[in-house]
Amino acid sequence: MRVTFTVNGRPQEADDVWEGESLLYVLRERMGLPGSKNACEQGECGSCTVRLDGVPVCSCLVAAGQCQDREIVTVEGLAEHAKARTCGTGACGSAKGTGLDEAQQWQARPTDESVELSPIQQAFIDAGAVQCGFCTPGLLVAADELLERNAEPTDADIREALSGNLCRCTGYEKILDAVRLAAVRQEA
Amino acid sequence: MDFLRPASWEEALAAKAEHPTAVPIAGGTDIMVEINFDQRRPDVLLDLNRIGELQEWETGEETVRLGASVPYTRIMENLRAELPGLALASHTVASPQIRNRGGVGGNLGTASPAGDAHPALLAAGAVVEVASVRGTRLIPIDDFYTGVKRNALAPDELIRAVHIKKADGPQQFSKVGTRNAMVIAVCAFGLALHPETRTVRTGIGSAAPTPVRARPAEEFLAAALDEGGFWDNGKLIPPAVARQFAELVSGSASPIDDVRGSASYRRHALGVMARRTLGWTWDEYRGNERTIRCA
Repeated sequence: MRVTFTVNGRPQEADDVWEGESLLYVLRERMGLPGSKNACEQGECGSCTVRLDGVPVCSCLVAAGQCQDREIVTVEGLAEHAKARTCGTGACGSAKGTGLDEAQQWQARPTDESVELSPIQQAFIDAGAVQCGFCTPGLLVAADELLERNAEPTDADIREALSGNLCRCTGYEKILDAVRLAAVRQEA
Repeated sequence: MDFLRPASWEEALAAKAEHPTAVPIAGGTDIMVEINFDQRRPDVLLDLNRIGELQEWETGEETVRLGASVPYTRIMENLRAELPGLALASHTVASPQIRNRGGVGGNLGTASPAGDAHPALLAAGAVVEVASVRGTRLIPIDDFYTGVKRNALAPDELIRAVHIKKADGPQQFSKVGTRNAMVIAVCAFGLALHPETRTVRTGIGSAAPTPVRARPAEEFLAAALDEGGFWDNGKLIPPAVARQFAELVSGSASPIDDVRGSASYRRHALGVMARRTLGWTWDEYRGNERTIRCA
């Protein structure tokens, strides 16, 4: 079947989608957006977290067909999403979203200052919250959504918002630091 | 596999009548796991996401009619006063991502004894509204669970909503697991005090082939509260009564040994949860009584 939906602000079409296919599979294998990670495939780990009409969900548990006419934001579109949010209506920047080509060519170059990152991404780097990096995309999407709805989260709020994202490297302390850092910077 | 995307409830019922083996998918948090792991290949998936009314609830005089797909997150945020037991249970479901998708209809459809909503629905005395092209049926929750992962639905029926009486007294929910999030219950317990009828209701999860009530415990506690005039005098419940209640709850379960815990551990934990939730609810009841009197 064909699925038409919006990914990171751009209309997209996926063809020959199998009816039982997950949104995660479509993003990774058909859209060339491997930022959302495939780990547990049962909603336990959160590494595939994306926004579906603004709401954080495990993309491995959303059937692709359920995304028809809906809006997805993945980690690849996070910088643009955060920018649009800061600008309100997007009047101060391009409101077209992240192009698929652009997103597919994105590479992790944290030291390259020309690469634009969302505040939460920058905070993860600055706080040393990334080790192997596998859980990072899901954590970024979840943490960004938390800060969007709660500008001054308590530690309990942060822990709860990230309770569906497993990290096996960091022990979470640096991740909590990163979210606190992004919250403080957001306030400033 | 077919993927049907009805745009209205009527269309969904017609589709289910035409394809009785179609598996409804709303939050997808159960069925997608089975599909991802190749454990299930339904002929037809029936997507209910486009049916807006399933994600809505109506608060009436006495009852909340909760749409089958209202996400747990919404229940936690919006229905804590009306449905405290279910709101507490909702908060223990998996993770924010899962709570954003899953709803009570899915818990009822899957009818796993470990579903977190069941103890709260049993304790509140919910009624499940199911429908087909033949019409609508209201199934009391006590008659809904018919076996391990089996429920009273006919093949052409879909769950439309759950009718839950607004709380007339304190309600609690307790669940044992290995961590604070992302946990399937080792066992769970829900308790609702119903001061209006001077009754109590309970729900046990993950400790029998289906979610069950602890009826002997309910009857014992209601009688003990009545005899001692506790509903009126608001006195502390004697430890002996709480202990007997806990033992009766424990005895009402028929748990098994499995990977999550042993039968004897489950029985023990149920007793502890029964005693604690009784303490919490009774404290709240007394607190309310005192406030009312002072005012």
